[in-house]
Amino acid sequence: MTTSVLLQDLTRAFGVTRALDGLSIEMAPGELVALLGPSGCGKTTALRIVAGFETADTGSVLVNGKDISSVPASRRDMGMVFQSYSLFPNMPALDNVAFGLRMRKMGASQRRQRAADLLDMVGLAPQARQYPHQLSGGQQQRVALARALAIEPRVLLLDEPLSALDAKVRLQLREQIRTLQQRLGTTTLFVTHDQEEALSMADRVGVMRQGRLEQIAAPDELYTDPATAFVAEFVGVMNRIPGELQPSGQVTALGSTVPVRGHRPDETAVDVLVRPEGLTLEVAENGNGIVTTRTFLGSVTRVGVQLSGDVAVQVDRPSAESAALGPGASVSVSLPGQPVLVATRLVS
Amino acid sequence: MAALGTSSRATAWRWTILIVAAVYFLLPLWAALRFAGISAFGSVIGEPGFTASLALSVRLAVITTLVTIALMLPTTVYVHLRLPKLRRLLEGITILPIVIPPVVLIVGVLAIAPGFLKSTSLLLALVYVVLAMPFTYRALDAGLRALDLKTIVEASNSLGAGWLSTLWRVLLPNLRTALLSATVLSVAMVLGEFTMASLDLYQTFPVWIYVNSQTSGQVSVAASLLALFVTWIFLLGITVIGTRQSRKTGGGAVTLFTVAPAETRGN
Repeated sequence: MTTSVLLQDLTRAFGVTRALDGLSIEMAPGELVALLGPSGCGKTTALRIVAGFETADTGSVLVNGKDISSVPASRRDMGMVFQSYSLFPNMPALDNVAFGLRMRKMGASQRRQRAADLLDMVGLAPQARQYPHQLSGGQQQRVALARALAIEPRVLLLDEPLSALDAKVRLQLREQIRTLQQRLGTTTLFVTHDQEEALSMADRVGVMRQGRLEQIAAPDELYTDPATAFVAEFVGVMNRIPGELQPSGQVTALGSTVPVRGHRPDETAVDVLVRPEGLTLEVAENGNGIVTTRTFLGSVTRVGVQLSGDVAVQVDRPSAESAALGPGASVSVSLPGQPVLVATRLVS
Repeated sequence: MAALGTSSRATAWRWTILIVAAVYFLLPLWAALRFAGISAFGSVIGEPGFTASLALSVRLAVITTLVTIALMLPTTVYVHLRLPKLRRLLEGITILPIVIPPVVLIVGVLAIAPGFLKSTSLLLALVYVVLAMPFTYRALDAGLRALDLKTIVEASNSLGAGWLSTLWRVLLPNLRTALLSATVLSVAMVLGEFTMASLDLYQTFPVWIYVNSQTSGQVSVAASLLALFVTWIFLLGITVIGTRQSRKTGGGAVTLFTVAPAETRGN
């Protein structure tokens, strides 16, 4: 069964803080949408409203076109995996997974079979009889995932399920969740503050800021074509280089004048936003910068350059061509010819 | 060599302290046993009032424990989940029965209690509920603190469990140690309480022992010892059962002072 979800103009205030300020998202059946944003941006509130643990002040949540705002959490048929370990400590893994089926009055042998199948699916069949305290953090979250999927939820809700785990486990589990989600075709809402997680797992990523959606797009589009300066800086690494807006609508920085795309601030003093791989770097006798750091990242090397006027930028170069770029080297950094994003200059 | 010397000195100290403590606690018991004589134990059971007073005390213990838990469990869970700011206030309120002297409490209760209650032992049970509240609240509070209550309740809800199922299938089993502690403390309190029972003119077991000591010293001492052993065996049983359960779910041994299972988080 496939489920579409529609979040319609949700608002929610806690005291004077507006956690959600008119959030609308449409999720296609089987889609994995990640909500990404800094803490306090409202992403968790949105997820909890969908789950039924919070109520929106205005707006509604539609599942397959039906408003579920008045349906209690226990009747929403939504599987949820929480940030903190949420397994019931008094039950072994198998009983944890079978709990939702028991609540649905499924017969004992049938639910045991199904729970065993799900544990097998997350690769934990041998751990079926173990209690949560005997499992590692990663195993606990996999059991929690199996438990959430056991009820064949209409929607799967993931509330930063990987953030308590260490890096290696996180990476494995990321792939496992995505594979399972695609195989089962469960519409999934995934909340995270980890951009790498969001970009690598989601069909679409919604970047949130102060209770609003800044942009929702496919990961590659978000990275290469950010709609706003906030998205540009939140996703990936972004350099800010001081520039001057020209009456022609172009911007001048680092000695060259290039076209501007997207929003244009009113001031003429702006910052140009360019990714490390978007800048050109050459060794030059009397260049505009001095190399300060060099970080080997595998196929590319990230070079830190101090420009005049106390501006520091990072530039990515193929590692094979970076031998001469040691600290102290004089270099010339320039803008590419493509249109760039600009933002109001930050006064530091 | 120096290290060995230190450690053997420490061991010597440990034994000294242990022996002194053992003498301090066991000598009176031994003396009481000598004084009463083994034969007195046989006659205790036949003494008039023994069975009745013991039965009354046990009944009071059971009613008190059940009523206290029935009242305090939902209250504590609710406060933890929905009104965490009130936790301090509740803590303050629950300390009152300990701070206020029993005499003051019972005189106040007798002055205002409705007549139909005064004539039953239920009144005493209700007063004991008030006395048992601090222990029960503290035990439950610590038990709930050890759980990630909000997450567990929400997980249970999202899996389709309503409030009753959540309380019954998820919270109660996880609060077993806390409930056992509450039970142990309540029962011990009821079995030992004297002031209120005697002022309320009920012959509970402690009152009966006191009254009997006026007539037959030996029998009353034997009864005290018997009460002590019975209580001790009862508490031992609870801690053994509690520990077995707690080990299964990752907690440590349950002692009379354990109020919550040990932290069980791993990575």
